[in-house]
Amino acid sequence: MIGYLPMSREERRRMLASVGVDLDKLFDMIPECDRCSVEEYEALADKGMKEMEVVEHVQALADKNLNTAKYDCYLGAGYYDHYQPAAVKHLINRSEFLTSYTPYQAEISQGTLQAYFEWQSYITRLTGMPIANAGLYDAASGAAEAVLLACRDKRRYKVFVSGGMHPETLETVQTYCHAADIEVVVGEIDENGQQTVYPDANREFACFMIQSPNYFGIVEDLDLLVEKAHAVGALAVVSADPVSLAMLKRPGDAGVDIAIGEAQSLGIPTSYGGPGIGYMAVTNKLMRKMPGRICGQTVDRDGKTCYVLTIQAREQHIRRERATSNICTSQALIATAATIWLALQGGSGLLDVAEQSAAKAIYLEKKLTANGHFKLVYDKPYFREFLIEAKEGVDLEKLNKALLEEGIIGGLIVDDNKLLIAVTEKKTKEQLDRFAEAMLRLCDA
Amino acid sequence: MSRYKETPLIFELATSNEGSRYIRPLDVPKPDFSEWFGDAYREGKPNIPDVDEISVVRHFTNLSSKNYHVEVGTYPLGSCTMKYNPKVNEDMSALTGFAATHPMQPDETVQGNLELLYHLEKMLNDVTGMAAHTFQPAAGAHGELAGILLIKAYHEDRGDTKRDTIIVPDAAHGTNPATAAMAGYKVREVKSNEYGTVDLESLEAALGDDVAGLMLTNPNTLGLYDGNIEKITRMIHDCGGLCYYDGANMNAIMMHARPGDMGFDCVHWNVHKTLSTPHGGGGPGAGPVGCNELLEPYLPRPVVAKKDDMYYLDFDRPKSFGMIRSFVGTFGVLVRTYAYMLSNGAEGLYEVSEGAVANSTYLRERLKDYYHIPYDTPSMHEFVMTSEWQKKESGCNTLDIVKRLIDYGFHPPTVYFPLVVAEAIMIEPTETETWRDLDALADAFIKIAEEAKEDPELLKGAPRYTPIARPDETAAARDPILAG
Repeated sequence: MIGYLPMSREERRRMLASVGVDLDKLFDMIPECDRCSVEEYEALADKGMKEMEVVEHVQALADKNLNTAKYDCYLGAGYYDHYQPAAVKHLINRSEFLTSYTPYQAEISQGTLQAYFEWQSYITRLTGMPIANAGLYDAASGAAEAVLLACRDKRRYKVFVSGGMHPETLETVQTYCHAADIEVVVGEIDENGQQTVYPDANREFACFMIQSPNYFGIVEDLDLLVEKAHAVGALAVVSADPVSLAMLKRPGDAGVDIAIGEAQSLGIPTSYGGPGIGYMAVTNKLMRKMPGRICGQTVDRDGKTCYVLTIQAREQHIRRERATSNICTSQALIATAATIWLALQGGSGLLDVAEQSAAKAIYLEKKLTANGHFKLVYDKPYFREFLIEAKEGVDLEKLNKALLEEGIIGGLIVDDNKLLIAVTEKKTKEQLDRFAEAMLRLCDA
Repeated sequence: MSRYKETPLIFELATSNEGSRYIRPLDVPKPDFSEWFGDAYREGKPNIPDVDEISVVRHFTNLSSKNYHVEVGTYPLGSCTMKYNPKVNEDMSALTGFAATHPMQPDETVQGNLELLYHLEKMLNDVTGMAAHTFQPAAGAHGELAGILLIKAYHEDRGDTKRDTIIVPDAAHGTNPATAAMAGYKVREVKSNEYGTVDLESLEAALGDDVAGLMLTNPNTLGLYDGNIEKITRMIHDCGGLCYYDGANMNAIMMHARPGDMGFDCVHWNVHKTLSTPHGGGGPGAGPVGCNELLEPYLPRPVVAKKDDMYYLDFDRPKSFGMIRSFVGTFGVLVRTYAYMLSNGAEGLYEVSEGAVANSTYLRERLKDYYHIPYDTPSMHEFVMTSEWQKKESGCNTLDIVKRLIDYGFHPPTVYFPLVVAEAIMIEPTETETWRDLDALADAFIKIAEEAKEDPELLKGAPRYTPIARPDETAAARDPILAG
């Protein structure tokens, strides 16, 4: 019995013989077809492993990691460890959601389709934008898609991107733009950590894009972005964290044209960086230029309300090289998990998560910066994450190594002497006090 | 009328017992947020209702019951490889040791993750005949983009800037031309010949010093293996282009033939097809991309590397074309991939492809007297038939036939694709179906062919027992309602 094959080779041979085909001639169309040679496989599992062996082998690898369930971790930088209620994983592990295909056959895919529709609805409610798609791979590729969308709409091939964006998002945007021959101008944030300087008197730009809260946790001024972008006929684009939108001004209310962001923060495990999910929301005007799957409400032959994939004339399987994107994945299962998370948390739970993350970050920052060991780099309101600079002579690599010894995975080192520290609702006061105590003590060591 | 009820939107299920249910009460002082955030602060609760847990659980369980899925029956979607998704892979991916690792953790704290990826890369190299893989791409189409960007980076690095065209066969997936366009290339289509494979004359005419590369899947979307493949890749190389292998149909050839040996320079995987990770209703996937030594320096960063006994993420890649998403890739999906490849081993993958080709061939032989099969050459893991005979006789088209198939408890095959065949019905049963399953599907198709003659209305009114009848797609696209 090999792997998951339900038929023995003998049965396969009999089955084919019953319709006059010889199993041994099945691959005759491939010239010189011998079993290909393998190197790594022979070393590891040429003949395959039984389930027990797989479990032991893979578990042993998992055990080699230090995980954040055991270690007290202060990393964020785009991926945040928010609590996921137990019901989420029970529901998305239902094979009806897990093992179904993209819902092209609407009659037997209403579960997935309505889940898409509810996801789009939650995103419009959180962002204040009228239209959302079913999902993109992540915030970084979502930002790239947003830029391409802006260039399609404006027929301009130059974009302005804030220096406060996540560096990997910025690099992804540059990769896509290089391919599409679009010029990227990267802005500089000011001494307060905010994007306040924009190009002006120049109508060459398709869009201005910022991130809020930005890479350093600083909340940006969306009104200023919109004012500056629209003044030169460019679209205003923001990458906004969905949890923060529980208590911050929504992109739609500020007049933003395209909102994107990473929705991993809606309770999706960090899982070493994926899978997460990018969301995208746009104005009515941009609806038919948007990339990705879109689900719409309609009626069936009997007049019953139902859901279908719609506005497909934008997509690759119809439009081929003139499609708005080549994307045909919407991270559906992750969108469903995030949708269920929002349903379970409700407005009250979401607000609680956001407020506690903000409050605990502020509490920790005040402790760390109280007596000169660390100082806050940017003195503007931050959300869930902040950047501090260590006093002269502190080796942050050494500091983080010493923290590991105490069961703590410290903040992210930025520019050698700064730490980016993220705090979510999962931290207790006791953990924060212990972390602050260790940081200050090791700083003096 | 169907027995299924409409399911109200989640927004209609608000509870009177409002409040936060899952989070420990705040144990540090609560700041004055209005003062803290100033103008950026938005007062009040977000515009989403609180719903009690049992209502949420019932809502999504009821929704799920309206889906067809692999665990209820055969899902013969051509080009989608809807095989069984082994349960143990789900458990492995969900292990706390993996799921609770953060992408920014120092390498020395995630040696298990890195070791897994390191070995997975080597195994993928073995099966494709490539020198290296990247795990960055989040899905198959994303992998296609990475592959074409590798080719672009190679030409740019050599200062060969006149190459602005990618050749794509007319039978290709829509993602191929869409990808080429995203990478800034013009698309030149080449025709299929009378056997359904690449027409060499048409290809010859398409060659020139403006050709950056070729995108090809082999076997192609008709399930046909192109016996000229080595000649084709040589023709492209001779004019200075490179060859990209669309791995959508890898399930046909694993350990029987390798893209590297066929002359391809790079290849993408759809791990949610070939390597059994679940489709999830449309993602998440993963699209590792392999390449030969020529293209290896241009891979997106980071790549997984090993020095002495330490595994690490190598960002120091001066010729890399950059990142195409954040972090290393869809790691959770790759853990499932790794477990699947271990379970099967090289021998198992050889048999996987044999089983996939055997099952498809058997079905084709059982159906060939009932449905028109446009290409009478041996096919591999999938085959294309059409409704030409039924359409002529009774007016029943492909859509009618496959909607009727739903009444018999099957998911329809892929339809109206590839575009080179009118009224196409593209069938890929995969290797995880039993002889019984295949016979049941064949019997249903044969019954439907009879019904088309005797009672075409049975087909035109189908499906009948589903949660909804055929939806009005025109109305949906004309006046879109996209949120509630």
